[in-house]
Amino acid sequence: MTGEETTEITLTVNGERIARRVRVREHLVDFLRGELQLTGSHLGCEHGICGACSVRVDGVVVRGCLMLAVQADGAEVTTIEGLTDTGEIADLQAAFVERNALQCGFCSPGMLVTAADLLKAAKPATREEIRNFLSGNFCRCTGYHAIVDAVETTLNKRLGR
Amino acid sequence: MANDIPTKATLTPFDRPNSYVGRNLSRPGARRAVAGRGTYTDDVVLPRMLHGACVRSPYAHAKIVRIDTTAARKAPGVALVMTGAELAKRCTAPWMGTLKVFEGMKSAPQYPMAVDRACWQGEPVVFIAARTRAEAEDAAELVEVAWEELPVVAEKKTALDPKTPVLHASLGDNLAFRKLIDTGDVEAAFKAADHVIEETFEFGRHTAVSLEPRSMIADWNPANERLAVYISNQVPHMMQYLFSRTLGVPEHNVRVVSHDVGGSFGMKIHSYGDEVAACAASMMLGRPVKFIADRLESFLTDIHARENTVRAKIGFNKDGTITAFDIDDLSGIGAYSQYPRTSVFEANQILNITAGPYKHPNYRARATVVYMNKVPTSQYRAVGHPIGITVAEALVDRAAETLGMDPVEIRRRNVMEDNSYPRLTGSGIKVLDLSHQACLEKLVRLMDYDALRAEQALLRNKGIWRGIGIAAFIKGTAPGPQGLYGAGGAPIAAQDACTIKLEPSGNVICAVGVSEQGQGVDTVMQQIAATGLGVPFESVRVISGDTETTPYGGGTYASRATAIGGEATYQAARKLRAEILVIAGALLQSDPKVLDIRNGVVVDAANGTLRIPLSEIGRIGHFQLGELPNDVQPTLSVTHRYRLLDLPYIFTNGIHGAYVEVDVDTGFIRHLKHWVVEDCGRIINPQLADEQVRGGAVQGLGGALYEHCIYDENAQLQNGTLADYIIPMAVEMPDIVVDHVQTPTGQSELGAKGAGESGTGAAPGVIMGAVNDALRPFGARVTIQPMTPEVVLQALGKL
Ligand code: FES
Ligand code: FES
Repeated sequence: MTGEETTEITLTVNGERIARRVRVREHLVDFLRGELQLTGSHLGCEHGICGACSVRVDGVVVRGCLMLAVQADGAEVTTIEGLTDTGEIADLQAAFVERNALQCGFCSPGMLVTAADLLKAAKPATREEIRNFLSGNFCRCTGYHAIVDAVETTLNKRLGR
Repeated sequence: MANDIPTKATLTPFDRPNSYVGRNLSRPGARRAVAGRGTYTDDVVLPRMLHGACVRSPYAHAKIVRIDTTAARKAPGVALVMTGAELAKRCTAPWMGTLKVFEGMKSAPQYPMAVDRACWQGEPVVFIAARTRAEAEDAAELVEVAWEELPVVAEKKTALDPKTPVLHASLGDNLAFRKLIDTGDVEAAFKAADHVIEETFEFGRHTAVSLEPRSMIADWNPANERLAVYISNQVPHMMQYLFSRTLGVPEHNVRVVSHDVGGSFGMKIHSYGDEVAACAASMMLGRPVKFIADRLESFLTDIHARENTVRAKIGFNKDGTITAFDIDDLSGIGAYSQYPRTSVFEANQILNITAGPYKHPNYRARATVVYMNKVPTSQYRAVGHPIGITVAEALVDRAAETLGMDPVEIRRRNVMEDNSYPRLTGSGIKVLDLSHQACLEKLVRLMDYDALRAEQALLRNKGIWRGIGIAAFIKGTAPGPQGLYGAGGAPIAAQDACTIKLEPSGNVICAVGVSEQGQGVDTVMQQIAATGLGVPFESVRVISGDTETTPYGGGTYASRATAIGGEATYQAARKLRAEILVIAGALLQSDPKVLDIRNGVVVDAANGTLRIPLSEIGRIGHFQLGELPNDVQPTLSVTHRYRLLDLPYIFTNGIHGAYVEVDVDTGFIRHLKHWVVEDCGRIINPQLADEQVRGGAVQGLGGALYEHCIYDENAQLQNGTLADYIIPMAVEMPDIVVDHVQTPTGQSELGAKGAGESGTGAAPGVIMGAVNDALRPFGARVTIQPMTPEVVLQALGKL
């Protein structure tokens, strides 16, 4: 416990190559938030349940609180900041704002990262399927209805429906 | 009368062409949040900032024999180790969670951290500040506390038994409060009634679970002896008082700032010992100290709510007329009454609002509130309403069942008539401007009730068990100073205020005492200010959540922001408009009365001819004052305060409908669809109002179906993680249809009432009604919340 054991990692975060010495016990989101000041990823439970910490690692949505920073060595990490900058989910973000699919917004970055995955698949989905897909992301404010609306609208637009 | 569709005859100032009232404008804050650019408290980093962690009591009740902090003090990165006793020495006086209005109420003095005895599991005992949170937690593990376990009061039902140990010897027993409301003659009414039915209901303790836990940074500056506290909170001015009063820093030297708040729901309006400890630590160290509760700490130490047992009786006649209600509530609160709002509000509200929609002339309601070795309960969204509404609606359903009457029909016969106000509820509370009949009829249409009933009957033949629930409600919103605040002696403003200023650019700054947690308060204030003044929405910027820059106000609680803060903002804007027109009149040599402000320009009221833009007024009013006559001295800044007169609350009303399917083999409840029709008066932003109702409903459904803080017989919490404490997920929740009847309150020009809790209050009642409707063919009935599969199977006699 006195042993703040550290190790060197190199990874790509939102397209930028990063090399840092990290504490081995630090999880990925603490690293992103603390070391890189990417505060868009949030911590709601640090237990792998709420999804507020969702980030994309090598193309897959993961719970950033369940992954250690050292495990991201060599990986490509994309956070809500990265997804915003590339414009990949600009339509979804606009739909969230227009539909008021968020209140406090604490869940939104994780929710958007997860929803982006659904959109990437570019397959039609029913409301039930959208609800199912988002069920690993808790929202305590909205009751989900508006979130489902926003995702559904964006998906249908992308599919030209 | 319900004023649903405005006709020409009822056109108001809010129907002006450049009015933003009644329009869906999106929230600027939402754009930041979706880009990951929110500023939640944990996102803030200050120079030389340290991180706090707590040692907490592992026992529900135990004496602190000794605390050895030697090893912790030597641990890497540690700057401070402070025990409860050390913190108590820095406090001016202990907290006392009583209010004058609760006559006869008792509570024990409480320090922010346990001094010589811990009274609930999770009570803070030692606070540590270190370089990182991890190091603070490491050091916390090195603190050795020698405990001597004490007998535990874990059960509310036996808390008053003579054999049960007394939690606070100075109180004599474990009773916190008793209250009785008795109107009419309940006993005589029961004797005379054709039928009397009695039932007992159990409600499980649950909690708010804001996704962002309690978070704060205390920053004491020894050079000027000022304390700045950045805190995820709803009530900055109350917190200013709280920190000032507890730590002896003059109030004007305490600044409280709430940046983005990641959910609160009433949980972030209370005193928390760890937060005071972080302030004290910052004062001792002269450095900023951050404290972020983790999820386990949140479950253990955030206020809980609703641990109640209610025995209730209804008397009614063959024609469906309800003649009397009698309820007897037992509330198990925590080890102390939560300072400064108390822990007896919930019981008090149950007595106030139960059966509030109905015309029964006889009402008796009793509350008994007892202490236990658990974390204190206090106000959480819709305080008391979920319990009172569930109880009354379940009894009304049973009455209908007994008579073979439709649940809609019995409500039709018993709700207060829309043209009968002002009048008193059974509990003796004055209500005005309600619309039970209009809401009921609208709900029936919206649900397509008859078709649902037909479908239900059809599916029953196929062994599919669906149920329909209906639950009417009243909701106390926007408390006035005659009520529990103000008059009660709590240092919490029931008034609210707005300071509105015209800037040299012609843009407008609007600082408000109400605060934003994502409901859209800032946007609503912006719409109201723009409307009142006659300027474009974009030209107004709203400031909230900072005691340094906003006028003194109550913040956001009890669905008050739009009703109270909105009227303050509207009146402030009207006053500023009047002043601007006087200045314009002087410049234009016109009578101000013939001028108007539209879209940011002073115009001729009669024909809209442009006269002078506000940017000119702003420039002249700030820089070129020589152009004005000597007797015109612009302030270009107005503060207006508004409070409710003569009423304890603005009551609102509404009704929920629910359609569920129950799997009688597994006990699982599938919630298929939910409807809400409510009357929050004039609606400023329909989309935001609807989303308040939807989110609130799901929160109520969570408490009714899943959420439960489960304690064992030693008062140890069994499920302090989000894996074990279940909150609603997207897949379990239905679409929610929301509609409104708009009966503006006569208490303000704006006419808005509260909307934030209308979803929460009746959701548990309506879903229980629907489940019981589904179970009716089996002669089974659920009376326990949360209605887990186990509870359903027990009701069916299968467990
Ligand atoms: S913080 Fe990672 S799942 Fe909740
Ligand atoms: S918007 Fe608050 S948790 Fe989802």
